[in-house]
Amino acid sequence: MNKELIHLRINGEEREIAAAPNRLLLDALREDLGLTGSKRGCDDSSCGCCAVLVDGVPMLSCVALAASYQNCAITTVEGLGGPGDLDPVQEGYAESGGAQCGFCTPGFMIATKALLDRNPNPTMDEIREALSGNLCRCTGYMQIYESVKYALEKRHSISSTLASPAPVAP
Amino acid sequence: MSGAPPTNGFSIIGKPLAMADSHAKVTGLGKYADDLSVPGMLIGKILHSPYPHARIRSIDASRAEPLPGVKAIATGQDARNPYGILPIGHDERVFALDKARYIGDNVAAVAATSAEIAEQALDLLRVDYEQLPAWFDPEVSMKAESGWIHDEKPHNIEKEYHHIFGDPDSGFAQADFVAEERYYAGEVNHAAMEPHATLAIWEPDDRLTVHSSTQVPFYLHRTIAEVCEMPMSQIRVIKPLIGSGFGGKSEVIPLEVAACVLAKKSRKPVKITYTREEVFLAHRGRPITIVYLKVGITRSGKITAVQARVIQDGGAYCGYGPVTVLYSGALLGAIYDIANVRYDGFRVLTNKPACGAMRGHGTVNVRFAFEAMLDQLAHQAGIDAVEIRRRNLLKAPCITANSLRVTSYGLPECIEKVFERSGWRNKKGKLPYGKGVGVACSHYVSGAANPIVRSNMPHTTVNIKIDRDAAVTVYTGASEIGQGSDTMQIQIVAEILGVRPARIKLVAADTELTPIDLGSYSSRVTFMAGNAALNAAKDMRDQLFAAAAKKLGCSPTELVANNDRISQNVSHNQSVSFDEAVALALEFHGALVARGTYAPPETARGGSFRGAGVGPSPAYSYSAQVAEVTVDPETGHVHVDKIIAAHDCGKALNPLTVEGQIEGSVYMGFGQALQEDMIWQDGRLMNPSLLEYRIPATKENPQIESIIVESIDPEGPFGAKEAGEGSLAATIPAIANAIYDAVGVRINSVPFTPEKILEALRAKKQSAGNGSAALSSKSSVPGTAQ
Repeated sequence: MNKELIHLRINGEEREIAAAPNRLLLDALREDLGLTGSKRGCDDSSCGCCAVLVDGVPMLSCVALAASYQNCAITTVEGLGGPGDLDPVQEGYAESGGAQCGFCTPGFMIATKALLDRNPNPTMDEIREALSGNLCRCTGYMQIYESVKYALEKRHSISSTLASPAPVAP
Repeated sequence: MSGAPPTNGFSIIGKPLAMADSHAKVTGLGKYADDLSVPGMLIGKILHSPYPHARIRSIDASRAEPLPGVKAIATGQDARNPYGILPIGHDERVFALDKARYIGDNVAAVAATSAEIAEQALDLLRVDYEQLPAWFDPEVSMKAESGWIHDEKPHNIEKEYHHIFGDPDSGFAQADFVAEERYYAGEVNHAAMEPHATLAIWEPDDRLTVHSSTQVPFYLHRTIAEVCEMPMSQIRVIKPLIGSGFGGKSEVIPLEVAACVLAKKSRKPVKITYTREEVFLAHRGRPITIVYLKVGITRSGKITAVQARVIQDGGAYCGYGPVTVLYSGALLGAIYDIANVRYDGFRVLTNKPACGAMRGHGTVNVRFAFEAMLDQLAHQAGIDAVEIRRRNLLKAPCITANSLRVTSYGLPECIEKVFERSGWRNKKGKLPYGKGVGVACSHYVSGAANPIVRSNMPHTTVNIKIDRDAAVTVYTGASEIGQGSDTMQIQIVAEILGVRPARIKLVAADTELTPIDLGSYSSRVTFMAGNAALNAAKDMRDQLFAAAAKKLGCSPTELVANNDRISQNVSHNQSVSFDEAVALALEFHGALVARGTYAPPETARGGSFRGAGVGPSPAYSYSAQVAEVTVDPETGHVHVDKIIAAHDCGKALNPLTVEGQIEGSVYMGFGQALQEDMIWQDGRLMNPSLLEYRIPATKENPQIESIIVESIDPEGPFGAKEAGEGSLAATIPAIANAIYDAVGVRINSVPFTPEKILEALRAKKQSAGNGSAALSSKSSVPGTAQ
């Protein structure tokens, strides 16, 4: 299959790759752009390790064609926040035991970020529901819930400090 | 002294610290094996056998070789040396030399410039197979008179062990109640989220550098040397971040050596990453286990004798098999005070992927059988299920009937904690039909007292270096796989040196830089690498104290280290900063180096009978759990509402990670109890994906409440024992016993699927004669064995 030029807007930056039209977004991220934070844990879109935000909505990049998302804002784990500039969600997973081996963590954080952006005060059931497409084999999920709660509280304390309204989904 | 006073006498030990590598993980910047790539890297793909048992007559690569982009093709002829994790089990080759022994066995591999080309080349390889009769059922396979899977293993029996402790016959004669059942546990896979990956780099000076997803980099190092016929000094193995293992990466996995063989042959870097299906085929999980169990108790609930015949379906290769079947025997009775035990264990070969070590290695399925039977006997004798366990406790310190040394024993406290917390006395037998509670206990080793390869060498060594920057660098061979072992060692060193953890840099699991550690298996790292780190840190502290004492004009014995300062005992109030102490010590010695090692004491190494090497440990962890379930008698569906798990980890060096380990263990036990099962049809795995092999997700998982019990082991680092495995085995029988309390049926076959529950409820209804009355009663019925 002939390669074509694909334009992608990733983590706020414009990127270009030459890839076949059937290039999966996950492979474009990992192999063409060196963004290896998104992981491949399965063969059949069942684990959630590859989740990225597409216009704020969590999607599995292992079943998305890169070429189909050229006009979208894509956020990967690398775009949530970097060293010294962690998003409250990243802080939560780091501090509360949500990341043991860390392999599923990018996908869980993407799902968490999407949840908190659209629902700043989720119930426990809503948290379980929002994370039900991601698999973790280490934690038994309890410390993941703690991580989400940490992020929630952190976001609330930031927004009350700044006296600004809670973020809403785009 | 400055700063906050230490809590409980410790500054850093016992604090719920975030893991040292947590920022690498949450930023996505940390590298796992498949995240690595180097210029000119080839992609390797493996050809797997489509037949469960077949002689390989020939392999024709002539059509694949000319394909542009193909750089190397390897078959069994390229790596003829056998290997295996156990010295008595070198029965694997990277690529099958004579026969393929399971669907998925490795036959050949290709390294090419892209994954697509490598896959095309695999399609062009022509293998001439002669299909052979195959063995799938272990109880049939072990009676085979011919056509054995390995010629040197008659009747397809990998190993059998027969142990008698005390006098089981007279023990049963003294019993007032005796139960006898057949239990069955299906096969489960670790399903670590990271599929295995290996990058093998052929270096310009004919050395090999290997980055691999392994729990045992030093065993891998040795195996690569054997298989590739290279001196170990020319090979470097580096463990990157590992996406967990649970035992699935605790022996050499075929792709690891396949990548090395291809790299050596092509003289280029080669990366192989398994698909999820290949992970299931490489397997090494918990075997199908059949347990014929007999237990006797007196009227007062004292266990008089235990007898078990255990058959494990090991698959086509040895792997850890003999160790697994020995653990099943060694830990079967040793949790309680039981004088009379008979154990017959059989590890059987079949034409399926090899089983191996999986969290709770060897103990999980026998523990299920035993704890379920104890529940049944308690019911028969009219004794409460918690009470019968209280009546059979060890009196530690002690030596068990099978020569295991027990130094600390928090089981009584674990039992009382879950008894209170669950509200047991108001729930057991008192909940409405369909709801029930069950209790069970488990235990596990804190590392094997005897190494896989017998020697008197220390099991682990930790080095510490401090130079002019006053940074503390810890060099450890221990393998962080997500359990927190790096953080644990940093905490220990920081506590002893009295410095903040951020001052410590840890270099781990790199055969070129770090001393040997045997690996992350048998829950050995906290006890062994922890003790080595403790010893190294004490050595380093002595050096710093000597220099500081000279400056302060006092004896080193008067000094304490805390808050980045070395101070004379509080009353004197003289001190030097850590940086000053380092500078003073450097004047004497140059760069400071310290070393600590750990070897289990002779008294911990167990008995001298055949097979006595497996089971002994310097210390054992203990767990007790109560599960609360809701069973729908119409659908047979079991919902686990809550599991309360108390675990004796000796001392929680880091309560955050200890709780994470307990909850993760309970979670994995829950998965095996209710929904995980590898489905086989004529040697073919029918559910080799995470869509079909369903590990629990958030919506299925129960609420887990973990309780830490600290028995302070006399030999553990700060009293610590293992936390990562011991809790798993109690979960399955706790759920089984809760199901019985809920609807009055005993399910002796794991997993407890709705089909099995409904079948048992129907059988109960029939045996009671009158349907409606029986269905709503909780009265006893015999177990339903598969």
